[in-house]
Amino acid sequence: MQWETVIGLEIHAQLLTSSKIFSGSATAYGAPPNSQANLVDLAYPGVLPVLNAEAVRMAVKFGLAVNARVTRRSIFARKNYFYPDLPKGYQISQYELPIVSGGAVDVLLDDGSVKRIDITRAHLEEDAGKSLHEGLAGQTGVDLNRAGTPLIEIVSEPAMRSAKQAVAYLKKIHTLVRYLQICDGNMQEGSFRCDANVSVRPRGTEKLGTRAEIKNLNSFRFVEKAINYEVARQIELLEGGGRVVQETRLYDADRGETRSMRSKEEANDYRYFPDPDLLPVEIDQLYIDTVCASLPELPDQKAQRLRKDYDLSAYDAGVLTASAELADYFETVIEKAAAGFPATALSPKLAANTVIGELSGLLNRDGVEINDSRIAPAALAKLLVRVADNTISGKIAKEVLEAMWDEGKDADAIIEARGWRQITDESAIEAAIDAVIAANPSQLAQYRSGKDKLFGFFVGQVMKATQGKANPARLNELLKKKLGG
Amino acid sequence: MSDLHDKTVTELAAALRARQVSSVELTQALLERVTRHQGALNAFITISAEGALLEAARADARLGANDAGPLTGVPMAHKDLFCTRGEKTTCGSRMLADFVSPYDATVVERLRAAGVVMLGKTNMDEFAMGSSNETSFFGPVKNPWDPARVPGGSSGGSAAAVAARLVPAATGTDTGGSIRQPAALCGVTGLKPTYGRVSRYGMVAFASSLDQAGLITRSAADAALLLGAIAGFDERDSTSVELPVPDYSAALEQPLKGLKIGVLKEFFDTGLDPAIEQHIRAALELLRSQGALIKDVSLPNLPLSVPTYYVVAPAECSSNLARFDGVRYGYRCKKPTDLLDLYLRSRGEGFGAEVKRRIMTGTYVLSAGYYDAFYLKAQRVRQLISNDFERAFHEVDVVIGPTTPTAAFELGAKTADPVTMYLNDIYTIGANLAGLPAISLPCGLTQGLPAALQIIGPHFGEERLLNVAHRYQLETDWHRRAPPGFA
Amino acid sequence: MSLNRRDIENIARLARLALTEQEIPLYVEGLSRIMGLVAELDRADTSQVEPMAHPLPGQRQRLRADAVTETDRHQLYQQNAPQVEAGLYLVPRVIE
Repeated sequence: MQWETVIGLEIHAQLLTSSKIFSGSATAYGAPPNSQANLVDLAYPGVLPVLNAEAVRMAVKFGLAVNARVTRRSIFARKNYFYPDLPKGYQISQYELPIVSGGAVDVLLDDGSVKRIDITRAHLEEDAGKSLHEGLAGQTGVDLNRAGTPLIEIVSEPAMRSAKQAVAYLKKIHTLVRYLQICDGNMQEGSFRCDANVSVRPRGTEKLGTRAEIKNLNSFRFVEKAINYEVARQIELLEGGGRVVQETRLYDADRGETRSMRSKEEANDYRYFPDPDLLPVEIDQLYIDTVCASLPELPDQKAQRLRKDYDLSAYDAGVLTASAELADYFETVIEKAAAGFPATALSPKLAANTVIGELSGLLNRDGVEINDSRIAPAALAKLLVRVADNTISGKIAKEVLEAMWDEGKDADAIIEARGWRQITDESAIEAAIDAVIAANPSQLAQYRSGKDKLFGFFVGQVMKATQGKANPARLNELLKKKLGG
Repeated sequence: MSDLHDKTVTELAAALRARQVSSVELTQALLERVTRHQGALNAFITISAEGALLEAARADARLGANDAGPLTGVPMAHKDLFCTRGEKTTCGSRMLADFVSPYDATVVERLRAAGVVMLGKTNMDEFAMGSSNETSFFGPVKNPWDPARVPGGSSGGSAAAVAARLVPAATGTDTGGSIRQPAALCGVTGLKPTYGRVSRYGMVAFASSLDQAGLITRSAADAALLLGAIAGFDERDSTSVELPVPDYSAALEQPLKGLKIGVLKEFFDTGLDPAIEQHIRAALELLRSQGALIKDVSLPNLPLSVPTYYVVAPAECSSNLARFDGVRYGYRCKKPTDLLDLYLRSRGEGFGAEVKRRIMTGTYVLSAGYYDAFYLKAQRVRQLISNDFERAFHEVDVVIGPTTPTAAFELGAKTADPVTMYLNDIYTIGANLAGLPAISLPCGLTQGLPAALQIIGPHFGEERLLNVAHRYQLETDWHRRAPPGFA
Repeated sequence: MSLNRRDIENIARLARLALTEQEIPLYVEGLSRIMGLVAELDRADTSQVEPMAHPLPGQRQRLRADAVTETDRHQLYQQNAPQVEAGLYLVPRVIE
């Protein structure tokens, strides 16, 4: 039988507020245990929640960015269950009337097609604390610093049909929340994480299969692996005559498998009801308009503009706009080149390739963020100008770039110090060609008798002789003439 | 100065300012009285002698420096549901028997700032769940009028302490009548303000949409004075209302001429002790003689207030009390075998029978499959009851009826059947469901036990309530009667 | 409306309350009586009315400015804790 995979994601994004959603405690990551848990976060008797304005604004920002409806009167509800990391015995969340409903994002797939993923809703809620199991003599320690950190939970429709699509969607949301500056997107620290609802059904059927919810997915790679594992598991189960049980499963990254979470086995009855300690959150048009006016250029808009303004491919524009910082860097390079060297026409394509290719490679190699790049946009602009004005070849440029990165020096200084200035002087190139031809009479004969492929050999020899500095275009031109006899 | 214990807050405040008595003297005298009657009445859970004397000395310094407010140096007690920094706050429960609050409730903080001296924390039904004070982990409170009888609940310790002249006033909380009913049974004045008028911050929650802090005093004038000190917006309580606080004392004397009083028909329909009815009718006559217009009003859905309440309050309570899990504070069972055992036994052993009954009732009405039939249904009926009141307040300024169907009953008389006990709050619950202010006043004695009338007003109508109550108290002396042996 | 022993056991577990053998029949009886009282609500026609979640009409949630107002006071707050170690609240081992 042919199976179709159906995936929906529940993404939890921690909002970048200074204080918690219902208290004035700090939200910084990595503080000593319980040093950021105050009376409200600890659920001391008698304390009450008061809603953080910034959390609301950020949720509305997200809603507007995905073209969703912002609910004019949304309600906080209590989700009741017992767990040590949940101090009140209930989580304040939104249930029937979430702050954001509907909306969609477009995702570029590998085959170049675009798929629209519908968003069901996004609601505000509070994060739970953390349980620690190491070194506590068989006991569990509870740290409530994270308890009460604001989250938006973004729930998608079961719209994805493969692990790759799910990852593409997750990346899109990841990009978006960072553009909006509502989440730092740090998956390692858990500020951006997701649960995946995965099911399979016979291809061509409508009815959804029984789903399993996979928790603890904190990297793009794990999302893909976990979903693929889970899909294979479900198919194997069904083809063996078994059936999928609706349950919560945990992804074990060490083993690369999902397994049933026994602690969550008990059928949950969350007994949602409106939180009487909080009143309806009312949002009017003026508020929405104000937030709307504050929205930055969004990834799709930016990609479209880059394609138009710089004649980039959809792929390049997509990669550049995956982070606002990368796109900004690229545009600054172009800007600096135009301002500093108005006489030289810099190729945006070359700039894009360098940023996406070599520069990103160096950033990744050394684990540096684009904003902390050791090569400033102005410095890169100068390097690229040197390619455009034929001071160096594209190939040499790569070496200059690496030297700039490692030594922190200016492009011109490196080119001069190493004598990498390209040879454009025809007589010098001619002299080199003559010497090579003279040294390789048999190859010359073969070439002249029709073995065209040897042209490359001569190019190589001349480049070697000139230490790669011969201007390639000139070299080609002259070599062709000379070899032709 | 003699008979300090029999003076009202208003009188004591004047005496303190005139330096006829010092706060330390007054505090010592009352502490002595509190201690002397503790064995018989059990009105207190904690007596804060040391702290009270320190606060009194500080108050005297302020009084001496002419830096005193209207309440500086006046002693009071707090219901043990209000968090008090550095003192035990037990809620009458084993669960919190050793709990020391690291912070002050807003009500406590405001009274402290006003210079009020806290003598101690009063006994109460466990987590404010009860109408007789018999559910306290620290034992029942006795009614000063007859120690074989209950003082009412849940603010029974506060009411008994004020009635027995141990303190001139005490705070209370009212979720379904927990200020008014014990005030009625103990023959004192009990004010439940409008929901949102007084901050709930630091008041351990029972049912968040019904709970309201208030006062038990020996006169409406005292309630007016104290309400001015505790009322007002608090940014820590999202449900507290941003409205200015009027000068409640200033409005007390206003004449009643032209006041429209509605007599709540449904309150006289069933189960009302005829002797109490007589006292209420007499009170209405007195108000009529003062120029008030009396007319009957009907609130047809009011008889459903008890069943409505016993869905809404337990539902909220089941969730509010989930935080008591033996992890961060409060009772923890011995040697838990695993996490589930820790929860089950800490809660099973830490809570008393009535609290567990309400948690289970609430858990049940919110659970899958029952939410619509019970919880949502009750919230709809709540709206109907609220609408009834709103309609009534288009016709009349206040409504009047009894506070309780009978006078104080005997200890143990209603513990067997929860429903019998619940029905004791039949007249008080409506005001909580609709968030309305209400006051209970002593209006007679039946067989030596106090009877009380209740005045309910529209939202934020405290000024009018206190005005009517004060005018009534100017003409009567029921509120000045002390229980035999406590004069 | 009558509840049985099994209902009570389920509710007690959901509410995390250990009940003794003696308590169970008391709660079967007590909750059945309470639900009998609650059944009176059926008398009311509520088809035209919305559920009332708050006692005051027309109120809306106030929003707090996003500011850190709290400092580290975990030592004070943990004075009430049954068991702490290295700043952590301890509970029996949780297996996931």
